[in-house]
Amino acid sequence: MSGFLAAGVNDSFLVLILASAVLYGTPLLFAALGEVLAERSGVLNLGVEGMMLVGAVMGFWAVQSLDAAGGVSLAVAVAVAAMAGASMGLIHAFLVITLRANQIVSGLALTIFAGAAGLSSYLGNDLDLSGAPAAHVFAPLDLFGLGDLPVLGPILLDQSALVYLSWGCVLAIGFYLTRTRPGLNLRAVGESPAAADAMGIDVTRYRYAHTVAGGAFAGVGGACFTLQITPQWVNGLTGGAGWIAVALVIFAFWRADLCLVGAYLFGAFSALPLLLQARGWLDSIPAEVFIALPYVMTVVVLVAVSSGAAKRRLGAPAALGIPYVREER
Amino acid sequence: MRFERRLEQPRWLSLAVPVGSMVVAFGVMAIVLLATGHNPLTTYRRLFDSAFFANGALTSTLVFCTPIVFTGLAAAAAFRMQLYNIGGEGQFYWGAIAGVGVALYLGDQGVTSTWVFVPAMILAGMLAGAAWAAIPGLLRAFFKTNEIITSLMLNYVAGLLVTYLIIDSKSYWRDLESFEGQTFPLGKSIPEEAKWPSAEIGSIVVPLGFGVAIVTAIVLWVAYGRTRFGFELQVIGDSQRTARFAGMRLRRKIMAVMCISGALAGLGGASYEGDFAYQIDPTGIQASFFGYTGIVVAALAAYNPLAVVPVGFLLGGLQNAGFTLQGADFPSGLVGVMQGLILFCALGGEVLIRYRVRFGRRVSAATGPAEARS
Repeated sequence: MSGFLAAGVNDSFLVLILASAVLYGTPLLFAALGEVLAERSGVLNLGVEGMMLVGAVMGFWAVQSLDAAGGVSLAVAVAVAAMAGASMGLIHAFLVITLRANQIVSGLALTIFAGAAGLSSYLGNDLDLSGAPAAHVFAPLDLFGLGDLPVLGPILLDQSALVYLSWGCVLAIGFYLTRTRPGLNLRAVGESPAAADAMGIDVTRYRYAHTVAGGAFAGVGGACFTLQITPQWVNGLTGGAGWIAVALVIFAFWRADLCLVGAYLFGAFSALPLLLQARGWLDSIPAEVFIALPYVMTVVVLVAVSSGAAKRRLGAPAALGIPYVREER
Repeated sequence: MRFERRLEQPRWLSLAVPVGSMVVAFGVMAIVLLATGHNPLTTYRRLFDSAFFANGALTSTLVFCTPIVFTGLAAAAAFRMQLYNIGGEGQFYWGAIAGVGVALYLGDQGVTSTWVFVPAMILAGMLAGAAWAAIPGLLRAFFKTNEIITSLMLNYVAGLLVTYLIIDSKSYWRDLESFEGQTFPLGKSIPEEAKWPSAEIGSIVVPLGFGVAIVTAIVLWVAYGRTRFGFELQVIGDSQRTARFAGMRLRRKIMAVMCISGALAGLGGASYEGDFAYQIDPTGIQASFFGYTGIVVAALAAYNPLAVVPVGFLLGGLQNAGFTLQGADFPSGLVGVMQGLILFCALGGEVLIRYRVRFGRRVSAATGPAEARS
């Protein structure tokens, strides 16, 4: 009887959309967390979209070419995706930290280099990845056998390991930024690199480390698509998620916990068209309107944030986007 | 290795660095090709043959590079003022939609003169592009919203609009009458008289759009380098505080620059339709990444409108060749990788313009004279 009730509630539109919000928000969450790390160190990385795509394609390649048990090969694939994203982050770091290039243009260059018409597409074709479904995917775990608990089950307890990993990362990064010495040093580097330098903090090393780490997170975010959501390799499959993640960081005032809220909000926007289509609701409105929703909402939210709280520059690292040159401070 | 700021920037470097960047980028790309089991020499030969040397290659390169020159000018116009309009892609779609729309409408009204069609398409394209760019411009000018993200998000919206017009609706732009159009979603072709004329120079066919692009580049160069308007933009680009204290109207300038940039991208869209597409092709127009390539072109040209034309020609040629050659033995994405590499090298090379790189350890003041004495 209770099982029957649960099934009824859990099939309701609200529960379904919340559960899919978590699923579709996870790649955004990983990418946004990575961007928080990079931007907190003062490095703006607009190459998130490109780093995600390279992570997605390399993670998919790993899972297709490894001949191992599902769990092992998925874990390796996530690691490969992280390394692929990190290596993209390293290119950006070298250009903007060592060579002091314009961070905006370098980030755009990274997206063009790695993006839908660049390296990720080249690798996808060259490694012959398109067309086949993933050999292993991240499946819902059904924690404690409570996956069909009313409401909470599908949303919180029946998600994949990637989702739980992302929650761990939110906690860890939140703790790191506010409660640990290196985290506080990192914030000093992003707010006032000259002061940090005078304190004996190695500005260059901090910026390198966090830009590369940001790339790794973006890579894992990309792998969420090829290993769980899609789950196969389609050229350009992130569809602007990397850019939404960049916007999320502003929306979240550079805080890890708010990234989670924002990511799930935009996850819900991304999931909406599919759910509406499945139910046959609002058929009279063109599908494109709903597909455009996450993009339009990104603009709306950015306007709301930039005219309100961000006017006081809430959270934005003061040295964001500015190269640090010791001789010229 | 140390960097010393140059007091004077030698002029020859500003040409040597972009050229050097291309050479280095081709070198790095050769390594990528080797690593993935391709022969770089044959790949490059096929690429350049197909872009510039084969029969008719220059003609098709000119046609293909014209929209890229326009989007390059669009990016250059905005980036120069530190306004990062990366919505060129979407503004380009709007230019194409408006250009085709006007051509179809005038055709229905019985207009038959090419010299009515061409200016009407140009004007419509520019207006539509400017209107689409005005959205991030307004948001930036009045709410200080980051124009990078808003202009980019609107690209996706414009792309969905193109798809909707041709695939998901019975719009004015869709061909609903011909047999092909009824079996497969197709754009309606513009009237024969609305197709832009071209000039033949020797064996090369130069499309009208390319001529318009050159004129536009010169106009932009004059407007930015030789007028009060251009001077004020330069001041704003260098220091917004100075500009505000000097009484320049920042909001108005931001709007103006975004609209100019959008109008140029929209003009590119109109020329793309008038010169060779002739109808809205929802997949073709989105697969070419004209808007994004424009950013690469502008950056490599150091945002100088006159340099955009040759750089656009070069990159447009390579991109055209990339599309033509795409196949099993010629990986897609190669051209994008190369464009990214060229841009990386140009960015890295810029450090050579601004700084002098010294190798080896710093010679301390104490050891210098001591060595001289001994």
